Amino acid sequence: MKATPAIIEAENIKKIYKRGAEEIAAINGLSVAVNRGDFIAFVGPSGSGKTTLLNLLGCLDNPTSGKLTVNGRTVHQDGRGLSESQLTRIRRELFGYIFQKFYLIPTLTVLENILVPFAFFRKEGASQDVLPLLKKLGLENRMNHLPGQLSGGEMQRVAIARALVNRPEVLLADEPTGNLDSERSREIGKVLRQLNEEEGLTVLLVTHNLELAAMARLTISLRDGRIA
Amino acid sequence: MKVKNSQKVGLFHIAWKNLARKKARSLLTLVGIALATWVLISLFGFNSGYKNSLDRDIDNLGFQMLVVAKGCPYEAATLMLKGGTGLKYMNEDVVKLIVREPEVESVTPMLMQVVFDPNKGQSGGLTAFLGVDPASFPKLKPGLSFKQGGWFTDPAALEVVMGYEAAELEQREVGDLYLIPEKEIELKVVGVLERSGTQDDGTIFLPLQTLQKIFGQEGQLTSVGIKVRKETNLAEFEEKMFKLPDVQVVSLTQVKTTIMTLVSTARILVLSIALIAILISIMGVINTVLMSVMERQKEIGILKAMGALAGDVFKLVWLETSLLCLLGGLLGAALAVGTSKLTEYLIRRLLPFAPSGGLISINAGLILTAIGAVVLLGLVSGIYPALRAARMRPLEAIRSDEE
Ligand SMILES: Nc1ncnc2c1ncn2[C@@H]1O[C@H](COP(=O)(O)OP(=O)(O)OP(=O)(O)O)[C@@H](O)[C@H]1O
Ligand SMILES: [Mg+2]
Repeated sequence: MKATPAIIEAENIKKIYKRGAEEIAAINGLSVAVNRGDFIAFVGPSGSGKTTLLNLLGCLDNPTSGKLTVNGRTVHQDGRGLSESQLTRIRRELFGYIFQKFYLIPTLTVLENILVPFAFFRKEGASQDVLPLLKKLGLENRMNHLPGQLSGGEMQRVAIARALVNRPEVLLADEPTGNLDSERSREIGKVLRQLNEEEGLTVLLVTHNLELAAMARLTISLRDGRIA
Repeated sequence: MKVKNSQKVGLFHIAWKNLARKKARSLLTLVGIALATWVLISLFGFNSGYKNSLDRDIDNLGFQMLVVAKGCPYEAATLMLKGGTGLKYMNEDVVKLIVREPEVESVTPMLMQVVFDPNKGQSGGLTAFLGVDPASFPKLKPGLSFKQGGWFTDPAALEVVMGYEAAELEQREVGDLYLIPEKEIELKVVGVLERSGTQDDGTIFLPLQTLQKIFGQEGQLTSVGIKVRKETNLAEFEEKMFKLPDVQVVSLTQVKTTIMTLVSTARILVLSIALIAILISIMGVINTVLMSVMERQKEIGILKAMGALAGDVFKLVWLETSLLCLLGGLLGAALAVGTSKLTEYLIRRLLPFAPSGGLISINAGLILTAIGAVVLLGLVSGIYPALRAARMRPLEAIRSDEE
C-alpha cells in the first residue's frame, strides 16, 4: 500500500460550468483528503456543490483546475486529465456508486442485477459467489424477485450490492435515501455504517437527511462550492 | 435457496432481457424484419425455381429448334408447350431441305391435330393428337419413358401411345381400343407414358402417316423438331434456316430468353418492393434500438460507472440489434418455407406463362444467405445507435432526466 493513507486527495480543485456567457463555479477552490476507512457525509444547502464534488472525487467527471490524486495516481493536474476510458479503468478498480434512483434493470432478477457488473469486468479476487453479500444486505430471500416486486429500501440495497460485487475501496452515495421514507432511510444508513465498520469500506455520502448524515464518522458542510 | 455457482449474467443475457422490456415494440420490429426476409427468400427462390423449371420443360422437348409454317403465331413454341391451336401446315419436303444442312444432327417431322371432344370433361374439351415419326421421335425425346407398353410397331400402324394424363382421363390401358372423336377408325393403345410434367402428359401420339391419313393431311406437317450438333452456333444456324421458303424458325433458347426477360421485368418490380421493405425494416430497427438506448441513458450511465467501457456498451447495443435481426430473419425464413406453396399458387396466377414444375426453389444455401444478409444489415443499422450509447458519458447519462 501507499505510504500516504489518503486514497483520494483534492488540492484547490475547481469545477466551472458555463451557461452561455455566465460562469458558475460549482466547486470553487476546494481541498479535501479522504483516507481509507473514512465515512464522510457531505451536507449543505441545495446548489452548494455536493453532487459536483462527489462526482469529481469519484472520477465521474474532470475538474476544471487544481490537482486530484486517486490511489496515488494523478487523475487531474492544471487542466489536464485522463481520458474517459482511463477514468473507467480507475472507476472499476476503486469505486462503487449508488444514486437517489436505483437504476436497476427491470427485466432482470435481483441476483442477475447484482451480477451485471461481471458482464463487463471482474476484479481480481471478486467472488462469483455473492450469497454472503446478499445475506449481509438482507436480500437472500429476494434474489429471484424482479425489481418491481421490491420495496424502495430493498431496491436501494440491491443497488448497493451491485456497487459492491467488485469489492470497491470506496462507495459513493449521492442522496441514497432521497426516494425513501425515514424508516427505510435508517435501514440504509445502518447498512452503510456496517459496511464501513466491518469491512473497512470507505464511504462518501451526500445527503440532505441530517439523521443519515449523523451516522457518518465525519460531516463536511459545503457552501458555494467550498467547505463552510 | 442457493446461488448457483455457475450463474452468469453475460452481455447476451442483458441484451436479450432488454429486448423483452418493450415486448410489443420489439415484436413489431421483428415482424418487419421477418416480412422483409420473407420477400427476399421467396423472390430469390422464385428466380431459381422458375429458371430450373423452364430449363427442364425445354430440355424435355429434346430439340433446340422448331420449324413451323410461316404465319404461325409468334409464340409457336409456347403453343407447343401449351398444347397448340391455330396451326398452319407446311409440306413434308421441307425436311429434306433441313437435313442437308451440316449442322443438323437429327430431325423429326410432326403433325399436330386438335379435336374438340364433346365427351371430355363436363362441357367438352380439346384433345391434342401428335403424329410422330416412330424412327426419329423417340431418339429426340429420350426423356419420355413408358409406364406400360412401348412405341408403335410400324410407321403406318393403327396404334396410339397415350400421355399419362390422357390415359387417365380416357381410362385406357395397353391393349384397349381408342376411337378418335368423329372418326370411325379403331386404334389400339400400345403404350402409356409416365408423367413428365409437360404438355406430353395430355397428348395422344400416333404414327405420323396414320394421323395424316385419318385427318386427310397427307404430306403435311405442322412442325419439324431439329436437334443440332453440339458445337453449332445457334444464331448463325438460325440465319440459315430463315432462308428456307415458307417456314419460320423458332429457337427454344430464344423463347426461353423472351420468357425470362418478361419474368425478370416482373422480378425487378418485386425486387424494388423487397428493397423498400428492407429499408423500412432497417429504419424500424434503428428507431427501435435508438429509442431503447435513449430511454436507458441513465442505466447506460450506471453501466459505465460500474466499469463498462465504451466498447462494452457498443457491443451490448449491437448485440441487441443483431438478436432482433437474427430472430426476424429466422422467422421470415420459416414463413417463406411455410408459405412457399401459397406463394407459388399466387405467382402462377399472375404470370403470363408458368412452366409446369415447381416455381419456387428454396434451399439451405438461400436461407443462410438471406439470414446472413439480414443480420449484416442489422449490424450496419446497429452502428449508429450503438455509437450513440457508447459515447454517452456516465455523468451526463445519469443526469439526463433530472429536472
Ligand atoms: N451540468 C451542469 N451544468 C451547469 N451547471 C451545473 C451543472 N451541474 C451542476 N450545476 C450547477 O452547479 C451548482 C452546484 O450543483 P450541485 O448539483 O453540485 O449542487 P448540490 O449541492 O448537489 O445540490 P442539491 O442538494 O440540490 O442536489 C449549482 O448551481 C448547479 O446549478
Ligand atoms: Mg445533488
